[in-house]
Amino acid sequence: MTSPNNSKPLSQQAALVQKSLAKRYASERRFKAYGLASVLFGLCALLVLFVEIFGGGLSGFKTTQVALTLELDSDVLEVYDATNPDEILAGNYTGVIRNALKERFPDATGRKEKRALYSMISVGATYDLRDQLAADPDLLDTSIDVWILADDDIDTYYKSLSSVPYAERMSDKQQQWVQDLIDKQEIRTIFNTRFFTSGDSSEPEMAGIRGAIMGSLLTMMVTLLLSFPVGVAAAIYLEEYAPKNRLTDFVEVNINNLAAVPSIIFGLLGLAIFINLFEMPRSIPLVGGIVLTLMTLPTIIISSRAAVKAVPPSIREAALGIGASKMQMILHHVLPLAMPGMLTGAIIGMAQALGETAPLLMIGMVAFIMDVPGAITDPATVMPVQIFLWSDSPERAFVEKTSAAIMVLLMFLMFMNAMAVLLRKRLERRW
Amino acid sequence: MDRLKKVLAERFVGDNFINEGLIVKKLLLAAACVAGFSVAPQAFANRDHIMVVGSSTVFPFSKVVAERFGRKTNFKAPKIEPTGTGGGFKEFCKGVGVAFPDVANASRRIKESEYKDCQANGVKDIVEVLIGYDGIVLANSIKAKPMTLSLKDIFLGLAKYVPSPDGKETLIENPYKTWKDVNPVLPATKIEVLGPPPTSGTRDAFVELAMEGGCKQFGWIKAMKKTDKSKYKALCHGVREDGAYVEAGENDNLIVRKLSENAQALGIFGFSFLDQNADKVQAAKVGGQAPTFESISDGSYVVSRPLYFYVKKAHVGVIPGIEEFLAEFTHDRAWGEEGYLTEKGLIPLSDAERAKVGASVKNLQSLSL
Repeated sequence: MTSPNNSKPLSQQAALVQKSLAKRYASERRFKAYGLASVLFGLCALLVLFVEIFGGGLSGFKTTQVALTLELDSDVLEVYDATNPDEILAGNYTGVIRNALKERFPDATGRKEKRALYSMISVGATYDLRDQLAADPDLLDTSIDVWILADDDIDTYYKSLSSVPYAERMSDKQQQWVQDLIDKQEIRTIFNTRFFTSGDSSEPEMAGIRGAIMGSLLTMMVTLLLSFPVGVAAAIYLEEYAPKNRLTDFVEVNINNLAAVPSIIFGLLGLAIFINLFEMPRSIPLVGGIVLTLMTLPTIIISSRAAVKAVPPSIREAALGIGASKMQMILHHVLPLAMPGMLTGAIIGMAQALGETAPLLMIGMVAFIMDVPGAITDPATVMPVQIFLWSDSPERAFVEKTSAAIMVLLMFLMFMNAMAVLLRKRLERRW
Repeated sequence: MDRLKKVLAERFVGDNFINEGLIVKKLLLAAACVAGFSVAPQAFANRDHIMVVGSSTVFPFSKVVAERFGRKTNFKAPKIEPTGTGGGFKEFCKGVGVAFPDVANASRRIKESEYKDCQANGVKDIVEVLIGYDGIVLANSIKAKPMTLSLKDIFLGLAKYVPSPDGKETLIENPYKTWKDVNPVLPATKIEVLGPPPTSGTRDAFVELAMEGGCKQFGWIKAMKKTDKSKYKALCHGVREDGAYVEAGENDNLIVRKLSENAQALGIFGFSFLDQNADKVQAAKVGGQAPTFESISDGSYVVSRPLYFYVKKAHVGVIPGIEEFLAEFTHDRAWGEEGYLTEKGLIPLSDAERAKVGASVKNLQSLSL
């Protein structure tokens, strides 16, 4: 400490410090403000995203229905024995619904108007009616009052009435009819349970996310079952057994490289190996799960290694010291203590895999699949792919469905990330 | 990114990826590692659903038919992959067997090279089904004035090289900045057109129908077709790259959204998107005709293209439901003038065409090029 300042009297030094103090405080405040601004910027972006999605998507969870009195006349239906599945399948439900519409709106005359009238009811209503009749054969030749599914154009129009009416796809006559239904309280919107119980559909009002959710779950199951044991075993070998030499360094570098490889490369690999070489079918969760395993494996290995490394050597030495074998030491002590870290890594890896579409494009999981998959060898698609497909559809009503599906996907991601945080908080030990 | 994916998909869907010796060796090694997970091919010897690949333009129509077919019969609903026309044919022509698609959708007719590829791989008999037409529209925001363009205007506005305005038979780099420069009767708005990238079938069709249509109105360029075909093609199909034509991705909804924010710009997309977004965009008249169901159907709106699908005859009777699926697609309630496909924006064939195609489908008549 021989700077020239030291030679000055103490009072003078204090004055100098005082003088610079304000500046230092100011820069301190600025430094803090930079950090705060970054956080606020992030939050703002998130808020915009949420407002955009929630604003457009909440109505996607609702569906529009119309009240009609249906005459289940066996001559019109051409169903004479409602317990015969073949007759039920071939029934003319459209005819029943059309008759009911003609009854309700007798002012529809001429081909064109009638066509406009019939197009107000979704084709899904006929399938609902069929299921209803199959479930309760006694309904045949009776008259029932039901709420039936409206077409997507009516749905979009009715929902838009509260703000800016979207009437471009509605004729004047159709608008009159809807007004009439509103006046008589024969049209309503209710919670769209179908959205959660059915698979994809080409009609927005019938489309559901269940097929995609099941596809995602099946794919994730395959991924977890394959990647977690393999990842943990690899991490334990690399940390506990592998000698430290050039070879293991090389392996380590390459694991890190793999973690940074764009996911589409894994899709190409999956296409070449599993589909072209092993001749496995396209579009199945089994192949999708294996491809995503390749992608998540590096993430799991890296986090598992970190977790194993974090277990203090004293615990290992104590276990070995009282006569445990190396395997006992690992299985009884290191693994339980490292498990929370490993699980966190696995969940984060899974969450990443859940949002992945690019590798699945290569193996045919980007497809229209109506049936809900039930096994890992059924054709399936996954949630992000479903979102992509809906966003690309021309029908206006798919816009809100897209946002609704994004919300469901976000829920899943938030749930998984919350689990990861919770596990870490609950189980993590500090030394 | 999407474009990259598509390019990669098209490039690697073919099996040439594994034909290189070195990669095969590596793959065998990898195969040994994952052999534990592999399932013997026999496990998948049967397929109970129809597999459809191909054009994303035909995708929405194929989807509706598949759904109705799946719900109305005891067959499983077909699985439809929107791979794009070219990618679809590549998969389709790979061979005969459960691993390969049964149906390929296409927004253009099968090319001779694709047909030969099919033949070489044992896909001998193919049934061609023309299902209807699709119009490609040029549209702008409803906040702006509607445009009326001729094919020549479109060519001069969008081509990379254009004939010199002084009337000499020379080519210059496209100098036009506004539509008024192109044709004095047009408004003085900047030329800004949002359209699909070159990987898209919509772009192919637009270039072929609209730009080439305008291009060959110059007599000396048309004469070039006979003398130097490749130069003719490069000239008529070359889209300018100076920013006037903006590649806006494959998603037509996105183009519609961008148009409603930018009143100056024009956009290129499929007719069904115009139909669904009439509150946001309006179509330009091309060659004096506005795109409507009628004008596209009778051919007076020229920027329209035929839509097809192709069926592998060897699979009929092996994969359950193909015949029934064909019958549903070619039933009047589907592709007829008032069928449910027209509600999705398909422009139906004329009655005579429908009768002709319907008959050839019934007999499963094989295609010969």
